[in-house]
Amino acid sequence: MLKDERYRITIKLKVNGEEKMVDIRTADTLLYVLREKLGLTGAKPGCLNGDCGACTVGINQRPMKSCLMLAAETEEKEIVTIEGLKSSPMQKAFIEHFAFQCGYCTSGFIMNAHLLSKRHPSGSDDIIKEWLASNICRCTGYKEIEDAVKSVLHFSERE
Amino acid sequence: MEIIGKSVIRKDALEKVTGTARYTNDYMFKGSLHAKIVVSPYAHARIQAIDVQAAIAIPGVHAVVTGEHLPLTGEGVRDRRPLAFEKVRYHGEAVVLVVAETPALAEHAASSVHIQYEPLPVVHSPSAAIEPDSPLVHEHMHIYKHDETVYPEPGTNVANRVKIRKGNIEEGWQKSELIVEETFSLSPSDHAAMETRSAAAEILPNGLVKIITSSQAPFMVKKLISEYFEIEAGKVIVETPLVGGGYGGKAAVQLELLAYLASKAVGGRLVKILNTREEDMLTSPAHVGLDAKIKLGCSKEGLLQAADILYLFDSGAYADKGTDLSKAAAADCTGPYRLEHIFCDSLCVYTNHPYASPFRGFSHSELLFAFERTMDILAKKAGIDPLEFREKNAILPGDTTPTQVRLTSSSVGNLPECIRRLKQLIKWEEGQRTVHENGLITAKGISCVWKTSTIETNAGSGVILTFNPDGSVNLMSGVIELGTGTKTVLAQILAEKLQMRLERIHVRMEVDTQTTPEHWKTVASRGTFMAGRAVLEAAEDVINQLKKIASCIFRASEEDIEIKDEKVFLRDEPETSLAFKEIVYGYKYPNGNAIGGQIIGRGNYILRGMTYLDKETGAGRPGPEWTVAAEGVEVEYNPRTYRYRIVKAVSVIDIGTVLNEKMARGQVMGAMSMGLSFAGRETFWFDSNGRILNPQLRKYRPLRYGEHPEYVVDFVHTPQLDAAYGARGVGEHGLLGMPASLGNSLTVAAETELNQLPLIPELIWRMKEGNADDSV
Repeated sequence: MLKDERYRITIKLKVNGEEKMVDIRTADTLLYVLREKLGLTGAKPGCLNGDCGACTVGINQRPMKSCLMLAAETEEKEIVTIEGLKSSPMQKAFIEHFAFQCGYCTSGFIMNAHLLSKRHPSGSDDIIKEWLASNICRCTGYKEIEDAVKSVLHFSERE
Repeated sequence: MEIIGKSVIRKDALEKVTGTARYTNDYMFKGSLHAKIVVSPYAHARIQAIDVQAAIAIPGVHAVVTGEHLPLTGEGVRDRRPLAFEKVRYHGEAVVLVVAETPALAEHAASSVHIQYEPLPVVHSPSAAIEPDSPLVHEHMHIYKHDETVYPEPGTNVANRVKIRKGNIEEGWQKSELIVEETFSLSPSDHAAMETRSAAAEILPNGLVKIITSSQAPFMVKKLISEYFEIEAGKVIVETPLVGGGYGGKAAVQLELLAYLASKAVGGRLVKILNTREEDMLTSPAHVGLDAKIKLGCSKEGLLQAADILYLFDSGAYADKGTDLSKAAAADCTGPYRLEHIFCDSLCVYTNHPYASPFRGFSHSELLFAFERTMDILAKKAGIDPLEFREKNAILPGDTTPTQVRLTSSSVGNLPECIRRLKQLIKWEEGQRTVHENGLITAKGISCVWKTSTIETNAGSGVILTFNPDGSVNLMSGVIELGTGTKTVLAQILAEKLQMRLERIHVRMEVDTQTTPEHWKTVASRGTFMAGRAVLEAAEDVINQLKKIASCIFRASEEDIEIKDEKVFLRDEPETSLAFKEIVYGYKYPNGNAIGGQIIGRGNYILRGMTYLDKETGAGRPGPEWTVAAEGVEVEYNPRTYRYRIVKAVSVIDIGTVLNEKMARGQVMGAMSMGLSFAGRETFWFDSNGRILNPQLRKYRPLRYGEHPEYVVDFVHTPQLDAAYGARGVGEHGLLGMPASLGNSLTVAAETELNQLPLIPELIWRMKEGNADDSV
């Protein structure tokens, strides 16, 4: 038996509205399980350290870095990944405003911004900054992302 | 034109916002093994012993590979084994490779490898490396094979020296009434693409080597793996899906070699390797550093006369692309100015730092930081406004470059117009420095930039077009989609040429070296130029074939036939027409007879008229055109805390023609952001033993949301006559002037000369308070 095999458990995850039974190592991060066990590769590894936000998913409607959570912690919680968003206003806004280039950080940014729009539908500049500063985009100058997010947060109506 | 210039939505948009876009590490392979690298904790040390027994004994570990029997690799100079042998030359260098069942096991096994080192004296900078008593990074340079246009100097740390000798430097100094001499330095840093590098390799029983990799240069991976490991080129197939950012860092061939070696060690089984962020920053190649010394002279009227330049590029432990970086810097060693007398030595120097790969701008933002800072200092000495000084000396058609190429308006564009627009956009007339009542100071700094490419003289690009049964077109090009949107632009070029709807053109995003025509490398802002020309030729080929078949069916001359909206028709009788779908797989007459057959379009482009640079003078033609730009930055500086905020950044670029407005602006803004981030904060911090202290994104901290300035992007339109629709390369240029502009603005704000990067408040404080020599 591989040393690795000793600390395994089976857990029930609720991902994008579906219940999944997964056999995991207790040390597996949620990111690893989503990608390797469930084939949900929208969440990306970027630093495995909570620094870049490319792996952001929704846990009970809050953005979480899935590299910083153990999969075992997320039982009983509602997990939403980018694959669970269908034609959301934020996705459309990202397309219309060219708010991505290589696309690698995009899933994380959209998940974060989408959940921001749910929690703070008319969030201020400061709130947007506080939320989105947790993700890194290396291709755009953030201006396009700012425009996309503000278009969804009804900024234009308020100004 | 109907489609050229329009901000059409990217072809990869829907995949990228739904998480279905797949990058290399998203491909899951059943039964694959996983490799992990053991890296050097020392910057320079002799390897005394490697003990792999404990690692091999772990169940689930399949192989442990060391460097002993591996070939020397490297692009400019063959100086690097994929795994270190006998000694390590930089902190993070790969020493041992472990292959195991799972990533966790591989990591566990890697930590069980014991290596004994004997530390050696460390070479900390290129300036120290060229001192006569410097330790040598490579003792056996004389046995290394190298490119014939690379000139290593065995017995020293110089891997390449490129010389520019233009005019007569003595005469230049005689004409110079005002002379300044300045030194500059910047340490290596990182690309920090959000996707860390990854690769997978397998070797099939028939000898076929299959590699999937996150690369800007899959065709180079194929070529080099074939050369290094003596495998027939046709047996190496390299596949690259979408790439999560490259910026030059993925143009180097590195991790692919380890993936191949890992697979070879386990009998050809499929092995995956994924860099952690730390490995991506430490082990894979980095962004080059530079020490520079510039002496610049002008007449009292402010006309530039002479430049004596020394560029010492910090290539780190190995030469690889460092030799080409030093060459590119020599080719454009000054800013974009008329200068008759130039003496420049541009060196690629070994140190005990991570080795260099290309970085967006390929040495230009670095050398321009040094040169454009010197321009400001000379302007000040001459008592001339820095913008006016640049306008006075701006390079024009008819002038010659440092490598003595005579420029035309097609090959250089309109720099004076860029400067004029910059002057308005940055409100130069309102003053360069303003002290506000609250004590804050706003200041502006500017710079001018240019860049040509110095890629291989025979670099080329190919395109294949096929049709679907419904008459829509498939476009296949070897350009990698790494964010720039080039493949969307290629579809626009094709749609314009074939006069058909963009939605009816299907672009293959993935590249594989067996079935996709070659594009040399997706680098140097040359994707749209070279592949664009190939698209035009392929479209022409398709049009000819369509017309030829139609002329048979219509019993008319090809001259009388037109093409539009997926139809072939007679010019004067448009109702006599055939849809593409009726002929692209052969035309069938009512009685069953068929003619024609499948239509396949082919097109290629190869650079024209490029020459090697002369060894003694540098004379030669490195690239097809020079894109020029004028750029500026406005900062708000707090003299009490030495901190500052970037308020505004401006780029005016002569782009020729805009092919897709929003994507072009996005490229420029993104490049500006990266340039400001590099200039303002990004660097590797080395300790006194040459170890990198910040290989993580929390300590190496790129610009984040909310820290971005107001971007102002403007374009001048001087067409490049030999490019598709006159468009110039523009992927890098927004970055090139940001370090110099930021340096110039902060120098004005803080009233102290800032000649180092990154421009952090601590540096300003040190320069102001006279603590410049304190080492960090």
